[in-house]
Amino acid sequence: MELLSNLAIGFDIALSPYTLMLAVIGCFIGTIIGALPGLGPSNGVAILIPLTFTMGLDATSALVLMTSVYYGAMYGGRISSILLNIPGDEPALMTTLDGYPMAKAGRAGDALVLSGVASFVGAFLATIGLMLLAPLLARVAFLFGPAEYFALYLLAFATLGGMASNNQAKAAIASCIGLGISMIGVDNNSGLPRLTGGNMHLFDGIDFLVAIVGLFAIAEVFFFIESHGKNTSIGVKLEKVTIPVKDIIGSGWTMLRSSIVGFIAGVLPGAGASLGSFLAYMSEKSIAGEKGGFGTGVPKGVAAPEAGNNAAAGGALVPMLTLGVPGSGTTAVLLALLMTLNITPGPMLFTERPEVVWGLIASLLIANFVLLLMNVPMVKIFVKILSVPPWVLLPGVTMISFVGIYSLSGSYFDLLLMVAFGVLGYVLRKLDVPTVPVILGILLGGHMEDALRRAMVLSSGDWTFLFSSGISITLWIIAVAGFVAPMFLRNVLKKPQRITD
Amino acid sequence: MASDRIFGAVVTLVALAYVASAMQIQTSFMADPVGPKTFPILVGSVAALCGIIVALKPDPDPDWPVLATFGSLALAVVVLVGYAYALKPLGFLIPTAITAAILSYQIEPRAMRAVLAGIGLSVGLFLIFKFALGLGLVPFPKSLTG
Repeated sequence: MELLSNLAIGFDIALSPYTLMLAVIGCFIGTIIGALPGLGPSNGVAILIPLTFTMGLDATSALVLMTSVYYGAMYGGRISSILLNIPGDEPALMTTLDGYPMAKAGRAGDALVLSGVASFVGAFLATIGLMLLAPLLARVAFLFGPAEYFALYLLAFATLGGMASNNQAKAAIASCIGLGISMIGVDNNSGLPRLTGGNMHLFDGIDFLVAIVGLFAIAEVFFFIESHGKNTSIGVKLEKVTIPVKDIIGSGWTMLRSSIVGFIAGVLPGAGASLGSFLAYMSEKSIAGEKGGFGTGVPKGVAAPEAGNNAAAGGALVPMLTLGVPGSGTTAVLLALLMTLNITPGPMLFTERPEVVWGLIASLLIANFVLLLMNVPMVKIFVKILSVPPWVLLPGVTMISFVGIYSLSGSYFDLLLMVAFGVLGYVLRKLDVPTVPVILGILLGGHMEDALRRAMVLSSGDWTFLFSSGISITLWIIAVAGFVAPMFLRNVLKKPQRITD
Repeated sequence: MASDRIFGAVVTLVALAYVASAMQIQTSFMADPVGPKTFPILVGSVAALCGIIVALKPDPDPDWPVLATFGSLALAVVVLVGYAYALKPLGFLIPTAITAAILSYQIEPRAMRAVLAGIGLSVGLFLIFKFALGLGLVPFPKSLTG
């Protein structure tokens, strides 16, 4: 009953014309962002945050707008995966495996509609899951003291580094870069500046938005300059779009199973969305067996990763809202948004600001239906947008990034930092060092240190306090296992490589 | 191989420098048991260790671009840095048009289209930012408009 009354609060906010309008706009922009190659979900959400901030929206409105963009980008990502064989972000990689062959076989329209429906099923079930699980987890989160939080942050870095990258040492370096950067600035406890090198601009620390936009958006521009915008031409034609009823019904169970797998993976702090689509695809592949023909363009191979991916995107919101630990690159960016809006995620959010949480959940439910409508009958419009050439798109993205960051502080120093982060992001990605842990480090570093220091104050300096409760011991064990286990499982869980033609 | 060895070495050196500067952090008289030094030192040490591991066990080299491409990447960085300095004193329109045109030309080297993209983006984005989003952008240098 509590759930229903909470939902009533939520829908009361979400159904107000203004919020509804924001949700629709968000879905539209999000789908475009997801569909454009070179502008993945994390990228797109990142460059929009500074703009949302300067538009002066209140917390709930801004959150509704941006999560609609987030969900929309998850839907839109499939369009470039299927038509161009370019995954918008890491989790969309799995969709290219069967989507692109299917499109090349002349069934592009079918693949787009089917994946749209699969996205809807995944996202819808995940939103229901979020609704049920988040309040429960929020109650558990009340038991978390500083020692448990420290272990949890460690777990997030460990699973992210362990599962989402090819080389543990490099992932750890990425986390350390982020954590190291987050230490710069005035120390909260003593009020004295640290590691600023005497530079006045650095006393406030480095704004995480500057780092995110630099690492994601500006680095992307460098990659396009390197490749001269090649491999972006549309390889397949999209003819008349019809609804492939047989395929949709045929892959019903696949969607359902993949949604559940994806949601569970998404809830895990750290490894989130990419793991979701990966596990969903792999488990459906083994259920279908050799005869299933996964990898050759079968409908189930399109439905599974899309349902898994979108379910994971919803699932990733659970740890993000209840514990403040994001489950993927894009949720990390959403966490950045919350921090910008001065909303501290965590169990207190559910009790103190229920209107934010439930307004968000209700908007997500509505956004899902809006997205289904946009992505199935109107999919041709978004396909048109794909033909925006990179020589207009990428300079445009750069300019929007500059204006966004400039409007935050009005200082050229942040712009220089952003360019520096862009160069860093280019070098790191070239060397196969993941950039998401860097973002996570910058976002969580302050909290992580704070948790450690408060734990030590409570125990007056006794380090064994970090392992003193059942919860924290469990978290430490999962953290170590999540980091070490993939080293041995690497051969078993080999990521399928992107198909080339 | 070589790239990762260099990367590992650079990471280790930077991490050690980071640890060294963390050692210099002033502690106030009312410090907590951990203090402001411990965590940065910890992070730096882990990074240094991982840097050594990467240097000793490098991955295969990535496909680095040819020298000419590095030249155009360096040019892009210079242009962006210049843009960062120019945005405030010169207003939005002129620096944006120039920067966007150069970037566009670098992605696809056709001069005419690049110029059009630059001008179009500059004017179009200005209208969107100024009138649709209400951002307070200055179109031209202050000295021109007075």
